[in-house]
Amino acid sequence: MKLQEIVESLALTVRAGHGSLDTEVTGGYAADLLSCAMAGASKGVLWVTLQGHLNIVAIASLNELAGIIVTEGKPVAPDALAKADQERVPILTTELSTFEVVGKLWELGVRAVEQRS
Amino acid sequence: MCPAEVHKAQELVYELQIGQLMTRRLITAAPEMTMRQVKALLRDNRISGLPVLLDGELAGIVSIEDLILALERGELDVPIERVMTCNVQTIRESELAVRALSVFARAGVGRLPVLDADSRLVGIVTPGDITRGVLEALQHAYEDEEIRRYRASHVFDDIRSDHTSLVLRYEVLVGDFARAGRASSQLKSTLNRLGVDPRIVRRVAIISYESEMNIVIHSTTGGELVVEVAPEMITLVAHDGGPGIPDVEKAMQPGFSTAPDWIREMGFGAGMGLSNINACADAMHLISSASDGTRLEAAVQLKPPTEKASHETAGNR
Repeated sequence: MKLQEIVESLALTVRAGHGSLDTEVTGGYAADLLSCAMAGASKGVLWVTLQGHLNIVAIASLNELAGIIVTEGKPVAPDALAKADQERVPILTTELSTFEVVGKLWELGVRAVEQRS
Repeated sequence: MCPAEVHKAQELVYELQIGQLMTRRLITAAPEMTMRQVKALLRDNRISGLPVLLDGELAGIVSIEDLILALERGELDVPIERVMTCNVQTIRESELAVRALSVFARAGVGRLPVLDADSRLVGIVTPGDITRGVLEALQHAYEDEEIRRYRASHVFDDIRSDHTSLVLRYEVLVGDFARAGRASSQLKSTLNRLGVDPRIVRRVAIISYESEMNIVIHSTTGGELVVEVAPEMITLVAHDGGPGIPDVEKAMQPGFSTAPDWIREMGFGAGMGLSNINACADAMHLISSASDGTRLEAAVQLKPPTEKASHETAGNR
């Protein structure tokens, strides 16, 4: 499923990486610990988190994630948005909680991917 | 096209100038020529439109659409100045391809005369010229990367020594959250270029990211990542100048952390880093003291020795 379809279905706000919504989402992962995201979210995965600071972009870029959903209306730092635009990492925000977002993603058919290659 | 190529193409329309993409071979018409003569010019040169010049100045443009209209009306022998478009939209040769694309989309024209800085007509550009130019530039970019990859992945073939390896050093500054991940990101693209298996690259990237973050978060002096790439193994050494880990055994336990609250609020410092490294490495060694700081060594096999050994055993039977 394309990221664009998920953005539309969940009515997410696109805050950065507008040009990269055509990416195929291969799976989902939810965590607020960066070490967990580093180990658990691999290429093409959509990461759901409460973190909104600069280092989430490094994780997404390094792991070639499809994008990041920041939940519960948590603010995303301006430097994170700038970096995300530069690295073409989509950052999407929503007022929904992580639990609700994950539930909706699951309904859309987004599944967990095998951890670690 | 895969997404990466779409990005590159998007970049290129912001990089390429009209002067690099336009057709310079100008075929022009004079205002007193007839549509019949224009028809011959369009047909013989296989083009879809041409600028009309009066005393060397751009006076208008005639296109294949004008010709069809003239055919329908049976006006092939009227001078073109009576049918040509006079208010011609033009573009400068120094402008970017993306600007021409937006004019094509907005104004619905099929070609744009190109002017130089002195407003002289120097060429003509069509959507086809832009597509061709972008595709050629993409091809060049692709070939350049292929050549770089080829050279890098064969670097070990041509060097004669008893043991050849490549050493990559990355400086890591303490507390530098803005650049955190930079070393790992550069290391990752270098390993990709060297032709290392993507699954191995991912493991090394996790090890280096966690090591990098440990130095950023915990060290007092900053430190260095030293990665040695040999044909059979990648070894990574992350060292800093202090303060050292009082109890290494405890630090290795998943969930144990000494990180302050503000680090934890960022999602770091959950005590997962070292166990992540351990899980990704084929071998890991951590030594630390208050006087010499911390030194973490991790190794990832490129050619599993177990597999090689089992082959040899099979051969000896």
